[in-house]
Amino acid sequence: MDKALVVIGAVLAAVAIIWWFFGRRKTVAVMAQQQGDKQVVEIIVDGGYLPSVVELQCGVPAEIIFIRKDRSSCFEEVVLPDFGISTHLPIGKPHSVLVHPDTVGEFTYACGMNMFFGKVVVK
Amino acid sequence: MLGIMLPGDKVAMLVLATAVMIIGGLSFFESAWASLKNHGANMDTLVAMGTGAAYVYSIYAMIAGEHVYFEIAALLIVFVLLGQWLEEMTKQRASHAVDKLMGMQAKDATVVRGGKTFKVPLDNVLVGDVIIVKPGEKIPIDGEVIEGSSTVDESMVTGESMPVAKSVGAAVIGATMNKNGSFTFKTTKIGTDTLLSQIVELVRRAQASRAPIQKLVDKVSHVFVPVVLLIALATFVTWYVVIGATFAASLLFAVAVIIIACPCALGIATPTALMVGVGRGARMGILIKSGEVLEAARDIHVVVMDKTGTITEGHPTVTDSIGDRKTILSIAATLEAASEHPLASAILDLSRGEKIATRKLQDFEAIEGKGVLGLVAGRKSYVGNRALFIDAGISVMEFDSSMSHLESQGKTVIIIGQNDRALGLIAIQDQPKATSKEAILRLHTHGIRMIMMTGDNQTTAEAVAVQCGIDEVIAGVLPGDKADHVKALQQHDKVAFIGDGINDAPALAQADVGIAMGSGTDVAIEAGGIVLVKNNLQDAVTALRLSQKTFSRIKFNLFWAFIYNAIGIPIAAGVFSGAGIVLNPALAGLAMACSSVSVVVSSLLLGKANIK
Repeated sequence: MDKALVVIGAVLAAVAIIWWFFGRRKTVAVMAQQQGDKQVVEIIVDGGYLPSVVELQCGVPAEIIFIRKDRSSCFEEVVLPDFGISTHLPIGKPHSVLVHPDTVGEFTYACGMNMFFGKVVVK
Repeated sequence: MLGIMLPGDKVAMLVLATAVMIIGGLSFFESAWASLKNHGANMDTLVAMGTGAAYVYSIYAMIAGEHVYFEIAALLIVFVLLGQWLEEMTKQRASHAVDKLMGMQAKDATVVRGGKTFKVPLDNVLVGDVIIVKPGEKIPIDGEVIEGSSTVDESMVTGESMPVAKSVGAAVIGATMNKNGSFTFKTTKIGTDTLLSQIVELVRRAQASRAPIQKLVDKVSHVFVPVVLLIALATFVTWYVVIGATFAASLLFAVAVIIIACPCALGIATPTALMVGVGRGARMGILIKSGEVLEAARDIHVVVMDKTGTITEGHPTVTDSIGDRKTILSIAATLEAASEHPLASAILDLSRGEKIATRKLQDFEAIEGKGVLGLVAGRKSYVGNRALFIDAGISVMEFDSSMSHLESQGKTVIIIGQNDRALGLIAIQDQPKATSKEAILRLHTHGIRMIMMTGDNQTTAEAVAVQCGIDEVIAGVLPGDKADHVKALQQHDKVAFIGDGINDAPALAQADVGIAMGSGTDVAIEAGGIVLVKNNLQDAVTALRLSQKTFSRIKFNLFWAFIYNAIGIPIAAGVFSGAGIVLNPALAGLAMACSSVSVVVSSLLLGKANIK
C-alpha cells in the first residue's frame, strides 16, 4: 500500500518538476529608463536575474545596475561576452556596468559558471 | 557512519548537525529557494535538497527509533564548502593575468617642468611631459627618447626576452624596466592609450568572451539540475518499490545521486581554460582576442604570409658591394642624398653607419626608371641600373656575371660609375628576418602548407621564398586583391593570414584566423583575431599552437566534467551495487567538490603545456 503511495507521490513530483522547470513561461522585458544622457536599468540578482530580459535603445550609453542579494558563489561573477565585460558582483551593494549598445540584436549574458542566463535586447 | 556513537546519542548529533546546517548551509537553502521561485535551479538546489533530505529523514528516524544520518547531512555541507574554497583558490590563480598586468605600472614619474624636476603621480603625467629615467628604474609611461641611451628589459609587457637598445628617437613602453643607462624621454601616450592599457583591455575582453562550443554546454546546463532531480526520483522509486530496499537505503541512493551531480564543473570548463590560455599568450606578447579564435585555429592547414614587413624586415638594406667600397659608397651616397627613391635610404643608412662622407654635388639629374647622375667632386658620376649605363655608353660587362648572380638571389642591383667607367655594384634587399626561417621550419614540422603573398615580382618573391624555406608564392598581388586570394584558398581549406594590422586589414578579416603583426607601440588593431605585440613571425606560430592547445584543453575539460557525471551518477544510484561499488552520500559530496577543482587544475596546467 505504502509503495503504491510512493509511486503516485513520485509521479506527481516528477510532473511538478517538469512543469515547474520546463513549462513555457512568458518573460516580460523591462525597458531601460532615460536618465540624462544615458539609459539606466536595474537587475536584481537573487536566484536568477530579475528581470531576465532588459531592453536598451541602440546608440545610447547604458548603465546596468546589478544588485546581488544571492550569496551563492554561482552569482559572484557576471559575464556579458558581447560587450566584453566580466565583472565581480559584491553582495548587497549595487554594482554598475557601463555598456555601449551600438548594434541591434539580442545578447545573452550569464553568471560566471554559465548556470543562469539573462538577455539584453537592443532595439 | 564511522560506528562511533556520541554521548547524548542521537540528540547530540541532531544539535551538532543543526549547527552545521545553520552556520554553513543556510546560504545554500536561501539560494536554492530564490532560484526555485524563479523556476531555476543550480548547484545550491542540489546541495539543499540532498542535505535537506538526509537531515529531515534523520529527524523522522530519530523519533521512530531507527538509524540516523545526521553526520551525512553535516559532512555534505562541510565537503561542499571545502570544495568551493579550493575552487576559489585555484580560480584566482587562473584569472590573475589582468591584475598582474595592471600591477606592473609605475606609481609615479620624475618629470621636468619649467626647468625643475618633480616626482609626479602617474595619473598627473601629461602628453609632452619630459621624464627622466635612471638606471634600474621602471619606465613610467609610453614615450620617445630625446636624450641619452640605454637598454631596456621589455619582457614583462611584450614577452621579448632580449634587452632592447634604446637611443634618441626610440619608442619606450611604460612598465618596462630600464637597465644600465639613463635617458630622458617625451611622453607620447597616457591613460588608456598606453600599450599596457591596450593589452589589459584586449585581455579583459578576451577572458569575458565565449567560445562557440559554449552554446552546446549552455543547452545542457539549462536542463541539468531538473534532470538530475528526476533521475534521483527514479532511483528512489526503483530501490524502494521495485527492488524492495528499505526506505532509508533508497533515500541514501537518491541523495547520493543528487549530490554527485555537479553542474559547476561543466560551467567552468570553458571559461577557466580560456582565461589561462589568454593569460599565457598575453605574457608572451600574443593577444588572443576571443574564444572564437581558439575554435577557428583548430583546423588550420594553410598559412598565408605577407612578405614585406612580415617575413622581411620591411625596409631595404645594402647586402653586398663589389668594387672599392669606400669610393662607390661615397659616390652613391652623394647622388642618392638628393633622391627620394626608396632604395636611397638603404645606401644612405649604410654610408652614415660607415661614416663615409658625401662630396660636392653639381648638376644633379634624376631619370625615371633608370637612376641618377651628376658631377661628384667635379667628376661625371652615375648611379642606376643597366639602362642608365647603356644610355651613357658605359660598358658594364665586367660586372655582368656578378649582377646576374645577385639578381638571382632576389636582390636589386645598382651600378656605380664615374668618368665613363663602371666602378662597382651595390646590392640591396628587403631581407628576411632572422626569426622568419625558424618560424617557417616550425610550421613545416606541423605539416602546414605555407604560401607567401607579395606585390613584388615573381623572381624576387621566389628568391626570398627559397631563402626562407617557403614552398609556394603568389606574387604581383595588388594590395586590394589580397583578401580575394585568401577567399579563393578558403574554398578548399581553413586559412590563417599573417600580415600588417593596418595595410592588410581586409585579408586579416577574410581569413579564418587573422594574425596581425603589431608595431610594438599600438595593439588596438580592429582586424584579425590575434594581435602580436612583437613583429616576430615565431610568435605567429606560437599563437596558432597556443590557440589549438587551449581549445583542446577546453574540450578535455568538458569531456572530463561530462564523464565525471556520466559515471558518477550511475554509481551513486547503486547501478553497480551488485559488484560492491557503492557511493556513500558524504563521499559523493567530496567527489562533487573535487570535480570542479579538477577542472580548474586542468586549466591551470595549460599554463605549462608544450606549445612548440
